[in-house]
Amino acid sequence: MSSARVVITGLGAITPLGLTVTDMWAGLCAGDCGIGTITAFDPVGFSCKLAGQVPDYKIQKYVPRAHRKAIKLMSRDIELAVIAANEALVHSGLVTKGIDPENVNINPERVAINLGAGFISCDLVELAPAVAASATDGKFDTRKWGKDGLELVTPLWLLKYLPNMLACHIGIIHDIQGPSNSITCAEASAHLAIAEAAQIIARGDTDIALAGGAEAKVNPMIMIRQCLLKRVTSENNDEPASACRPFDADAKGSVFGEAAGIVILENLENAQRRGAKIYAEVVGLGQSNNINPAYEHLEPDGYGLQIAIEKAMADAQIEPEDLGLVIPHGTGIAADDLAEAKAIQAALGDAAAKTAVWPTKSMLSNTGAASGAIDLVAAVCAMADGRIPAAKNCDRKADGCNLNIVKQPQETDIRYALCCSYTYGGQTAAVVLKGPD
Amino acid sequence: MTERVVITGMGIVCPLGHDVETLWQAILAGKSGVAKTTIFDASTFPTVFDAEVKDYDFTKYTKNPQLHEHGSRGSEFVIGAAVQACRQAWIDVETAEPTDRIDRNRLGIYLGAGEGSVDNDAFFAAILEGWDADKNEMDWGRWAKVAFGRMDAMRELEQEPNMRAAHIARLTGARGPTRSCLTACAASTQAIGEAMMMIRRGDADVIIAGGVHSMIHPLGLMGFNRLTALSTRNDSPQTASRPFSATRDGFILGEGAAILIIESLSSAKKRGVEILAEVIGYGSSSDAFRVTDMHEQGRGAIQAITAALADAGISYKNVDYINAHGTSTMENDSIETKAIKAVFKAEAKNTPVSSVKSMFGHLIGAAGAAELITCVLAIRDNIVPPTMNLIDRDPELDLDYVPNEPRKMPVNVAMNESFGFGGQNNVVIIKRFS
Repeated sequence: MSSARVVITGLGAITPLGLTVTDMWAGLCAGDCGIGTITAFDPVGFSCKLAGQVPDYKIQKYVPRAHRKAIKLMSRDIELAVIAANEALVHSGLVTKGIDPENVNINPERVAINLGAGFISCDLVELAPAVAASATDGKFDTRKWGKDGLELVTPLWLLKYLPNMLACHIGIIHDIQGPSNSITCAEASAHLAIAEAAQIIARGDTDIALAGGAEAKVNPMIMIRQCLLKRVTSENNDEPASACRPFDADAKGSVFGEAAGIVILENLENAQRRGAKIYAEVVGLGQSNNINPAYEHLEPDGYGLQIAIEKAMADAQIEPEDLGLVIPHGTGIAADDLAEAKAIQAALGDAAAKTAVWPTKSMLSNTGAASGAIDLVAAVCAMADGRIPAAKNCDRKADGCNLNIVKQPQETDIRYALCCSYTYGGQTAAVVLKGPD
Repeated sequence: MTERVVITGMGIVCPLGHDVETLWQAILAGKSGVAKTTIFDASTFPTVFDAEVKDYDFTKYTKNPQLHEHGSRGSEFVIGAAVQACRQAWIDVETAEPTDRIDRNRLGIYLGAGEGSVDNDAFFAAILEGWDADKNEMDWGRWAKVAFGRMDAMRELEQEPNMRAAHIARLTGARGPTRSCLTACAASTQAIGEAMMMIRRGDADVIIAGGVHSMIHPLGLMGFNRLTALSTRNDSPQTASRPFSATRDGFILGEGAAILIIESLSSAKKRGVEILAEVIGYGSSSDAFRVTDMHEQGRGAIQAITAALADAGISYKNVDYINAHGTSTMENDSIETKAIKAVFKAEAKNTPVSSVKSMFGHLIGAAGAAELITCVLAIRDNIVPPTMNLIDRDPELDLDYVPNEPRKMPVNVAMNESFGFGGQNNVVIIKRFS
C-alpha cells in the first residue's frame, strides 16, 4: 500500500513561558522557568503550591466575532486549544473560514483534527452554590440535588467538560469537516493524537490535520489528585525555579501546569503544491503499554516505553546513532525518570550515552495531555534553529541515569529528533521527526 | 496487499445481560433494560429512570480481583466484556506464558472509554465544607482539608479515562499500540474504525477494541437533564426509549462495556479461530456546526456514511441493514433519517433501519461497540433486531424501522452509525465473512 509522507507546516503553542511558540522557544533558550506559586486558586492546605500557569490572555482576541457567544461554553482547556490552533493555522499559511472567510484556501472536508485532551475537571466554584443548596443536615442529598441544585446549574454545563469539545470548538470556528478524534490517554495523549493524525493523512483520508493536545491542570481537583498520588514535589514550594528536577539526584516530584500545543500536519505533496514552508517530517511512530501492578508509575524497567521507542525508530528506518535529540517525558518523579532512563538506554544501546537528551518540564511544567505536543514543537524549533538549549535543574544525575543530559547549550545540526511520553495506567508513545531536506 | 480485518471475539456487560447470548435473546424478545434508577436516589430529578447494569460481579472474570479492586464501575464492566471476548477469540488472559500464538507486541487495545465515576461522598463533602455562602467564595484550605482526608488516591486515579485500558493490558499482557478516545457518543465506533486501520497498516495483528462508559451518577444525570437530552417519561420508563416515534422525547441514560476482538485475517487463519464477520469500511467526519446541535441537513453524517461506503468499496445498494444511532431524541432521529435518505436515495425505504437503543438505552461511549455486536449477530442469524416502542409513527420519518418485531431476512452487510454530541460522526460497515 502506498503511503503519503507527512510533514509539519505550522506550529502553535501557549505555555507557561508565553502565549506563542516564539515566546516558548525564547524562554527555553534563555533557561527561563514557567513555574510559580499557584494563583488560580489559593493553594493553602495543598502539599504542592506550585504550577506552570499560562500568562494572562484575552480569549476574545482569538475567537472570531461570529463565534464569541460560544466562549461561555469554553472551559480553560478549550480556550488554550483554541488559541494554539489559531497560531498554528496562521503560521502554516492555511486560511480557514475562521481566519478570513473571504479568502479560504482549504477544502474543509479534507482537513482533520485530532487532539489529546485531559479529563477536564469542572469549576468547583461554579458548582458550589448548587451543591450548597443540596445539603440536608450538612450532608449532600441527591434528592435536593435533583431539584433545587439542578436548577442552579447552567443548562449547558456538561458541554464545557466533554473532552471532545476542544476539537469541536476549533472545528466549528475554522470549519473543519474531516475526521475528528479526541485522545484521552493522559500524558501520552498528544503524541498518540499526532500519531493517529499522521496515519490518517498517510492513508489518504485527509490532506491536512490539526494535531496536538491541550490541558489546564491548575484546578484544585486535578492538583489534589496529583498530591494524593504523590506525584508532586512537596519540598520545593519556596523555590519554584528549581522545583521540578527531571533525572536529577534531588528530584522530589513533578510540578503540573497548563498548556496547549498544536501542529499542522500535511500531506507532503499538498504542502509542496501550495509552496508551504516545511519544518519537519513525521517519520516514525511507536506505541505500546507499560504493565505495572503500581498503576500510578511506569514499570521499573521502562519496558513498555522501550518498545514504543524501538517501534518508532524502526518505523522511521533509522539507527539510534541517527538521533540528534531526545526530548524525554522526564517528569521529575524519581522512580519514573529512572524507569524512563532505563527504557531510553535499552532502546538506544551504546548511542544512549552520546545522544543529547533535553527534558523540558523543569521549565514548562508537566502539562498533561498538552505535554507531548509542546515537546514536539520544541523539537521542531531546535531542529530549525540548530540549537539545543541547556537542561535546567539536572545538576547531578540520579543513580542509574546514564543519559547525556544537555548541560550547556549546543549548536548542532539535528537530522532526527525523538519525543516520547507515557502515562500512569500504561499507554506509551514515541514520535520521530526528521529535519527538512 | 492491505490486510483484511475480521472480528473473532465479542463480549458485553450491559443493561440487557452480562454476556452476548443473553443480550441477543433479550433483544429478539424485545425486552427492555430500562427501569427506575437504583444506583442513587434520583426520585426528584426530571428523569427518574435509566438503563443500569444490575447484579454484575466482575470477580468471576479474574483470578486476581485484588489487582483490580480500586476499579471504577466502568473498569469492572470492561474487565468482564474483555475477558469474554478474549475467551471467544482464544486469547489467553492472566498468564505469563500465553499459547495463543499472538505476539504481545502486536496485541493492541483501542477503547472509546469514559471517565470513571466521581467519588460522590468525598467530592460533595469537600465542596460543602469549603463553600462560604456569605462571601460567595471557596475557602480552599477548608476544602483541601476534607478532600485530603476523604479522597482516595486510587479512586481518583480511576477517574481518568485511560485507566480502562490499563485493566485490559494487565489481564492480557498487551504491549501493542494502545489508545483511548472519547468522542462522546461516537467514541467506540471510532475506536473500532481506527483499530481496523491500525491492523490494515500492519501495526498490530490483534486489537481488543470497543467501549465502556457509565455516566449514571448525580453529576452525569444532572448534566444530561440540564441539556434536556433525556426522556422524562417517568410514568412509563420501559416505553420511554422510542426512536423514530412521533412522541419520542429524549434518550435513556445507559451504561456498560462492549468489546470486539479485531484481527488481521492472516492472524485469524494462522490461529484457526472462528471468524464472526469482516470489518470492511470506516468513515469519520465532523459537523463543524454547533456544539449543541447536529447539522440540520445531516452534512457530517452524510459525509461519514459516504466515506465508510467508499472505504468498503461497496454501494449503498449492498447494505442489507442499518443499525441506527437512533437515540430517541427529536433531533437525532429526524436528521439521521434525512442523512440516510440523502445517501441511499430510492433504496432508503427498502433498507431496514433499527435502533437497539429502544431496548438497552444509550450506553454513551460504549454505544457504538454494543450496537456493532448486534450487527454481527444479525449477520450470523440472518435476523434484524427490532426498534421497540414504535407505536406512534412520526409521519415525517418514513423509513423501514423494523417496528416492534425482529425480522428474519438475509443480512450479509450491516452498517453501524454513531454520532457524538458536538458533531463527531463515525460509521463502520461489516460483512459476512467468506
